[in-house]
Amino acid sequence: MVEAKITLKNPTGLHARPASIFVSEAGKLKSDIFIVKEGKEANAKSILQVLAMGIKQGDEIILRASGEDEEEAIKRLTELLENLAE
Amino acid sequence: MGVRDIMLMKGIPASEGIELGKAYVLQEEADTDSGFQEYNGKHYELERFFKAIDEAKKQIRELKKKAQEELSEKDAMIFEAHLLILDDPEFLKMVERKIDEGKNVSVAVKESIRFFEEMLLGLNDEYMKERAVDVKDVGIRLIRILSGKSEPDLWNIPEDCVLVAKDLTPSQTAKMRKERIKAIVLEKGGKTSHAVIIARSFGIPLILGVKEATRMIKNGDLLIVDGNIGLVHVNPEKSVLENYRERIIDQYKERMELRDILHLETRTSDGRRIKLFANIGNLEELDIALKNNAEGIGLMRTEILFMNREKPPSEEEQFKFYRTVLERMRGKPVIIRTLDVGGDKIIPYLYAEIGKEENPFLGYRSIRLCLNRKDIFKTQLRALLRASIYGNLKIMFPMISCEEEVLKAKTILEECKEELRKEGISFDRNVKVGIMVETPAAALISDILAKEVDFFSIGTNDLIQYTLAVDRTNESVSYLYNPSHPAILRLIKMTIENAHKNGIEVGVCGEVASDENFVPKLIKLGVDELSVNPSKILVIKKKVLQTKSNEDIINM
Repeated sequence: MVEAKITLKNPTGLHARPASIFVSEAGKLKSDIFIVKEGKEANAKSILQVLAMGIKQGDEIILRASGEDEEEAIKRLTELLENLAE
Repeated sequence: MGVRDIMLMKGIPASEGIELGKAYVLQEEADTDSGFQEYNGKHYELERFFKAIDEAKKQIRELKKKAQEELSEKDAMIFEAHLLILDDPEFLKMVERKIDEGKNVSVAVKESIRFFEEMLLGLNDEYMKERAVDVKDVGIRLIRILSGKSEPDLWNIPEDCVLVAKDLTPSQTAKMRKERIKAIVLEKGGKTSHAVIIARSFGIPLILGVKEATRMIKNGDLLIVDGNIGLVHVNPEKSVLENYRERIIDQYKERMELRDILHLETRTSDGRRIKLFANIGNLEELDIALKNNAEGIGLMRTEILFMNREKPPSEEEQFKFYRTVLERMRGKPVIIRTLDVGGDKIIPYLYAEIGKEENPFLGYRSIRLCLNRKDIFKTQLRALLRASIYGNLKIMFPMISCEEEVLKAKTILEECKEELRKEGISFDRNVKVGIMVETPAAALISDILAKEVDFFSIGTNDLIQYTLAVDRTNESVSYLYNPSHPAILRLIKMTIENAHKNGIEVGVCGEVASDENFVPKLIKLGVDELSVNPSKILVIKKKVLQTKSNEDIINM
């Protein structure tokens, strides 16, 4: 299992298009991936659960992956979140 | 999606008036609560579920493609979100688990959709509310696929809404809760469709042919529907809104003015009495006629009784219908026209032995058919006579072109009376009989015909078409369709003069009677009664009140 702590910088948080992009990307990975915010967990491959987290700009979240490509998963998703612009 | 797009959409004006309201977009929503939800085993239900998912994806991809082509990438993104929902592992897992527990696939989908919808709504965030709508959309699509199409609910609609739909079938129109509808916007529909007729009858503005309306307009969009010119303003700017608010107020003022004259007797400004009657074809129009205080029914069509069935209605069925109308008019005159089919109104079972006619408008229609099919004619006449004791009935024969037809029709009526007398069934022995003057021949021999009947009613629609030899539905010649043609005015004048010489009254039940610009002409020509579209009664009354009956001479 691999974890990474990230602070969302993009203005819309994990809404709308960023959420779609994030979930699509997570879906391509083999590992089980979760977002943890304030003790609550969401399946990173589930658009509905990710949206329901209501992640806003400035929120601190933990990405957690476990599976054969867990390293790769955290790396790619962290990068994606840090580069979100909208 | 938080910001609503400003749009101006064009269509064909089909029912006049201007209204403002929130859009209620009719999606063909399926309902899993109705019907028996059978569980056919886990494998079967799962298979159905995944097939439905595949089909939904296919549909959404098509929509997405269309959106990319015709709209914007932004619009296409909505469908991208829908696809993601269909791929959502948590959603799929939940449905599978419910199926595992023994739930029918439709129930499992509906419950899961509701769960996620409520989860998003629970966040109390505008954006999430919009996403909840997406979830619901996907759910509706899946349920619809699983259960086949079902009729949308037109009863539980929001108050003061503007109904936006692809099209409305007559059964939908019949079921919709009209008092909650401010206006109607349709993608399809014909000018003579049932929806248009109903909208006009109820004074609901309607615009049809508004392309992509159900996709472009979102639930809750603010709409101005200008049924006079066929424009739909979607989420209009403030200035447009203000402008229309004023116009709607003017329109209401006008309606208030009309309400003020509701109980006034209809007289010209110089005191001549004009009887203001209504044309009706069904009970809904009767309601409107009553609401607008019609002084009588100048034309009640009976074709509706004969339509959409395999054989003619029974005497009993007809009797009940006529009786209802007469009772509800409480002793006011009701002119019921005997069966007027043919031309463009073909009833298959009546024409089985006739086959296709070269010239249906010059062919086997209305009184000609009735005199030939005495069985059908007599059934109707007996039903009318039996109903006559419940009000003030007058019987009218259509499409008369010679004296012989009047005499024959009257003879058959007498036969029916004799039969009823023998059977001991009561009827109004003095029931009045009249004819439609709608062929040039009838107008030209109106002096002769006036001696045979108790009243005339001029059917200008056919009279104009036959006199001017113009099919007004033929666009190449419709410009020649002119009610003010001197030939028409002379025929009307001649008919009225001959009627008055013989002491009988003349009404006009054609469309010109509902045309406020033509009404002064009819009054000056000496008409005694106007029979108009029930929703136009007060407008025409206002016009009559302002008209001086002998003000000037008409050029003819």
